[in-house]
Amino acid sequence: MLTLGIDSGSTTTKGVLFDGEKVVKSLIIPTSATPRVSINDVYDQLYCDDVVYTVATGYGRELLDRADKKVTEITCHAQGAAFLDPSVRAIVDIGGQDSKAILLDNGLNVVDFLMNDKCAAGTGRFIEVMMRILGEDLQNIDEFVVGKTPANITSMCTVFAESEIVSLLAEGVDKGDIALGIINSICRRTSFFARKLNLHGSIFFSGGLAKFESFRKALEGYVGLPVVTSPMSQYAGALGAAVIAWKKAAKK
Amino acid sequence: MELIKSLPDIYDEFSEQRRNSFMAAFEIKEKNIPFVGTFCCYTPNEIIMAAGAVPVSLCSTSDETIPDAEQDLPRNLCPLVKSSYGFAKTQKCPYFYFADLIIGETTCDGKKKMYEMLADLKDVYCMELPNRQSLMGRKLWREEVVALKNKLEEKFDVEITEEKIREQVRIMNKNRLALRRFYELMKLDPPPMAGFDLYSVLYGSNFKFNRLEAIKEVGALTDRIEKEYNEGNRPIPKRPRILVTGCPIGGAAMKVVKAIEDNGGNVVCYENCGGAKSVDELINEEAEDIYQAIADRYLNLGCSVMTPDDNRFKLMGRLLEEYKIDAVVEVVLQACHTYNVESYSIKKFVNDHGLPYMSVETDYSTSDVGQLNTRCAAFIEML
Repeated sequence: MLTLGIDSGSTTTKGVLFDGEKVVKSLIIPTSATPRVSINDVYDQLYCDDVVYTVATGYGRELLDRADKKVTEITCHAQGAAFLDPSVRAIVDIGGQDSKAILLDNGLNVVDFLMNDKCAAGTGRFIEVMMRILGEDLQNIDEFVVGKTPANITSMCTVFAESEIVSLLAEGVDKGDIALGIINSICRRTSFFARKLNLHGSIFFSGGLAKFESFRKALEGYVGLPVVTSPMSQYAGALGAAVIAWKKAAKK
Repeated sequence: MELIKSLPDIYDEFSEQRRNSFMAAFEIKEKNIPFVGTFCCYTPNEIIMAAGAVPVSLCSTSDETIPDAEQDLPRNLCPLVKSSYGFAKTQKCPYFYFADLIIGETTCDGKKKMYEMLADLKDVYCMELPNRQSLMGRKLWREEVVALKNKLEEKFDVEITEEKIREQVRIMNKNRLALRRFYELMKLDPPPMAGFDLYSVLYGSNFKFNRLEAIKEVGALTDRIEKEYNEGNRPIPKRPRILVTGCPIGGAAMKVVKAIEDNGGNVVCYENCGGAKSVDELINEEAEDIYQAIADRYLNLGCSVMTPDDNRFKLMGRLLEEYKIDAVVEVVLQACHTYNVESYSIKKFVNDHGLPYMSVETDYSTSDVGQLNTRCAAFIEML
């Protein structure tokens, strides 16, 4: 018996096959301009006869008619993170177009959450746009900022930050310093927002940026609590969906 | 004085529904009955009615006229204030258009300053509402109620006797009791109707010109719903019971209520104005000083413009118990500082009662409907 969880995010669509104990198979593809095609594509590539229950999550969750259930990304990220590390009591997710902070109780249930879904500031989109201006690949960011001194980026707005960076480049500021400044800017903003919740214990960092040590470290510095991550961080939503699907299937 | 009795120039451009509203208002005006526009549940309607006038609510809840309003007002202002001003400016609201006098109060900063600008377009009378429910506040507000009476007497050339006021107090108390009996149906579990429909009735009753008839209609509706429920009719399933609080809701802001109910919750109680806040308390009909009784009743309203705002917490605590609430959703309209700041204490108050709380900041646009659905669904999944 297997379950399938699919997370249709704004930037990438993730799928996870789960056997009740571990991830059997996972897949990530760009969401592109056709989220309906992407979510169905992930479903077709992962679905097999052993799958008894499918849960869809993420902003495109309504686009998969074949899902047995649709659950919000808040609940799924919480379940996914709690599965990956049962010691966590809070989750900070920096997604492609929003960010969220989730608080768990000792039974690993969601007790409170906040979403920043009003603008691109402090999201994955922000770093994407900035790296494009710097002409650097986001995937290499960890090496790119080694030993750098962060430049001060004060604008929160993606559009204003863009012109601020253009000015810094014109002044001849080192690109690595600017990149580290951008990382700090995102993590500072995310921590201000997350600290509105009564954070305690260790924090699980999920979303596409969680795989970069430079972000994890900066976030830990600003939040003032241990920030943990996992190689499966980017799949936390999809994994949570698969875990929920497993619980649903077991009840049937 | 001469009442407004002709239709606006842009009448022909209106949709059929809006033309019908204009005609309904027009018919009342032809009978020489003045319209008095109001914005807030602090306005003592009894005094207006005792002058033989009809109070009409002018709080606007649509983004239709916001671009026109933003020609004069700042963008980052409460959508209710912008929308209301916009409807006045564009003459698109029948009640605004036909209002012979508009009454404002010194409530929030946005409204206060907007009334000053509105005075260029209409005859506006602004009452001085105290910020505190103190002894001095009660004295001042009583004086303001008397001053309103004097203003109306002069404006409409009528005499407002104490007997006339007492008569209207009795009618409005009946109105409150009828509305209360209606919304208290929601104490049933499962509730006998959707929270969305509940609000439509409460809101709609503001726009009935004949108060006695409106009381009868609400009573008949309550009887009918009660009877059908007792006969076993259960139109709504048992689901988490949500109390809605915060800024005035209605119109475009009902998207929040829709998002709650579309995603598995039942809105069973409205604490905000238009709901329990503005209806709950009665006026002491037998009070020796009827002006003080009116002033006390209105000043007791628990709006975040008061400091401290103890009465809001008192009412909320009672409603949480009486309606067996499972969770609270607060609606904060963009740039409403007083409700936004007070949401911190409300969250703490609700959490201390062992209940989850969520606040959503929104405006009258539809741009955040997707996010609202996700937030409300996640909140209800949490329960």
